[in-house]
Amino acid sequence: MKRIEDCEELAKIADELRIDILEMLHTAGSGHTGGSLSAIDILTALYFSKMNHKPGMENGAERDRFVLSKGHGAPALYVTLARCGYFDKSELASLRKLGSMLSGHPYSPSTPGVEVTTGSLGQGLSIANGMALGLKLDQSKSVIFCLMGDGETQEGQVWEAAMTSAHYKLDNLVAILDNNGLQIDGFVKDVMGIEPIGDKWRAFGWEVIEIDGHDMSALLGAIDKAVAVKGKPSLIWAHTVKGKGVSFMENKASYHGAAPTAKELEMAKKELNPA
Amino acid sequence: MTSDKKSLRDAYGEILVELGSQDRSIVVLDADLSGSTRTSKFAKKYPERFFNMGIAEQDMISTAAGLAAVGKIPFASTFAVFASGRAWDQVRQSVCLSNMNVKIVASHGGITVGEDGPTHQALEDIALMRIMPNMTVIVPADAHETTSAMKTIVKTRGPVYLRTARDKLPVVTDEGFEFDIGKGSVVRDGPDAAIIACGYMVAKSLEAADLLAKDGIMAAVVNMSTIKPLDTGLVAKMAASTGAIVAAEEHSIIGGLGSAVAEAVCEVGPVPVIRVGMKKPVGQSGKPEQLLDHYGMNAISIADAVHKAVSMKKEPVSNAQS
Ligand SMILES: Cc1ncc(C[n+]2csc(CCOP(=O)(O)OP(=O)(O)O)c2C)c(N)n1
Repeated sequence: MKRIEDCEELAKIADELRIDILEMLHTAGSGHTGGSLSAIDILTALYFSKMNHKPGMENGAERDRFVLSKGHGAPALYVTLARCGYFDKSELASLRKLGSMLSGHPYSPSTPGVEVTTGSLGQGLSIANGMALGLKLDQSKSVIFCLMGDGETQEGQVWEAAMTSAHYKLDNLVAILDNNGLQIDGFVKDVMGIEPIGDKWRAFGWEVIEIDGHDMSALLGAIDKAVAVKGKPSLIWAHTVKGKGVSFMENKASYHGAAPTAKELEMAKKELNPA
Repeated sequence: MTSDKKSLRDAYGEILVELGSQDRSIVVLDADLSGSTRTSKFAKKYPERFFNMGIAEQDMISTAAGLAAVGKIPFASTFAVFASGRAWDQVRQSVCLSNMNVKIVASHGGITVGEDGPTHQALEDIALMRIMPNMTVIVPADAHETTSAMKTIVKTRGPVYLRTARDKLPVVTDEGFEFDIGKGSVVRDGPDAAIIACGYMVAKSLEAADLLAKDGIMAAVVNMSTIKPLDTGLVAKMAASTGAIVAAEEHSIIGGLGSAVAEAVCEVGPVPVIRVGMKKPVGQSGKPEQLLDHYGMNAISIADAVHKAVSMKKEPVSNAQS
């Protein structure tokens, strides 16, 4: 894929993808809104600027790979893959419907461009480690990117995997933490605190790069920096806002798993595309 | 059957090295039990293709899925209780749902784990793995079959759960025996009843058949080493030809081979099926043979079950009533 370097252009793509997310979720009538909106800038930076990939290259060993460990963020992945041309955009309207290639959570056998099946939280980093180990054996230059939710890091397996990445010095692996501060039952700090985040990951042997996860130029810089780190894995600690871009959804746990109504969709579109 | 005993896990460790020399895409993972599972042999020979994951079975299974996703053929090993139970969701979500090419070879299946006691005796693993989507479940009867099964599964795409045992087991197959996924083999023929067994219970069933012969009952013995997909054709054939089935396994009578056989028999025109296996909820420490005797998984228990099944056979329908 052509790599876009212009941050404004990327930010515009991200906002258009936000509209795609909201439209597809509204059509589906259910699905995960808040966490898709918090992650879409990250996916935009990866898929339209930094990752080596292209449709039809699904089986190409040299491609970079993306693992959506927070599988419920599937809408963000689907709109991105559609815009990249992995499948036709018209498929988005079939999200969560019988016979669709787009299930509620990513299911790799049915969706072009989806690398792994995720949805049971906490497993993606281990899978990404396995890919990174295998590609290192092949002396491949591919990089594995793995996106996790902050609530997700309450899963013990994440820390098993964090140990593994560092133990095997997986510098071809970049994890990204979508730190929007919310999970289903409320604020992460109230449900089960995960602080101090940076210290924890550093103590586990990771390079930690802390950024604003909605600042496109910070994202591009952080990805370059993380890919360049040698001898250890890197974590891009991205501070994000759940529901980002739609004022009435921002920082609200209630929009975690609620699709927008027709009225909400209209209001959101006006905010995202003030033409 | 010879009186020879051979270790299934030794056979696994050895064939793994041999297969690894032929195919560079084979990688091996273990969770701090490589000496016990015998993956240590591979680790010594091919250290760059061996990954000790530490005591982290969930991470091990998902990591294996990632290795498979980039074209490797991962073999992940630990004790059967941990492979099947501790990492059940990882086996389901990371491996089986997408039919990933991950081979789980678990040692220390069954009650013959012995002295380590209930926490380490895998008596539910066959049930847990049998219900997994896309999963093939294999319990070889002896070392030869373990070797042959390994050669077969490495060439077959998709997830496999293969269970070995701690102890050496009697050799019941010939050296040249060729394992075929989904095919049971009749190791002894007989018209009166069929004992369908897996793992160590194949040897015990052959002993039982000797005991039964003294009572004039000629029982067939089937080595049903693939539990899933089950050789339903052979089960149906044995049900039709003998009219009385006993299933024997070193596993809970719930959900394992006995259940699979009973399910199959019910659908082909039922005949009695008696299950031999662990009937108590929890085992205890003890010597392997003591435990098999104590919990009714020995030749005498199998022979008793055959007597019962034979006595339950339906008499030919007479037209007495009009
Ligand atoms: C193992 C597991 N447990 C529970 C769930 C249900 N679940 C889906 S999303 C979610 C909250 C995730 O929070 P976070 O990781 O912070 O994601 P985000 O806020 O970015 O959406 C939960 C508990 C799940 N998918 N997997």
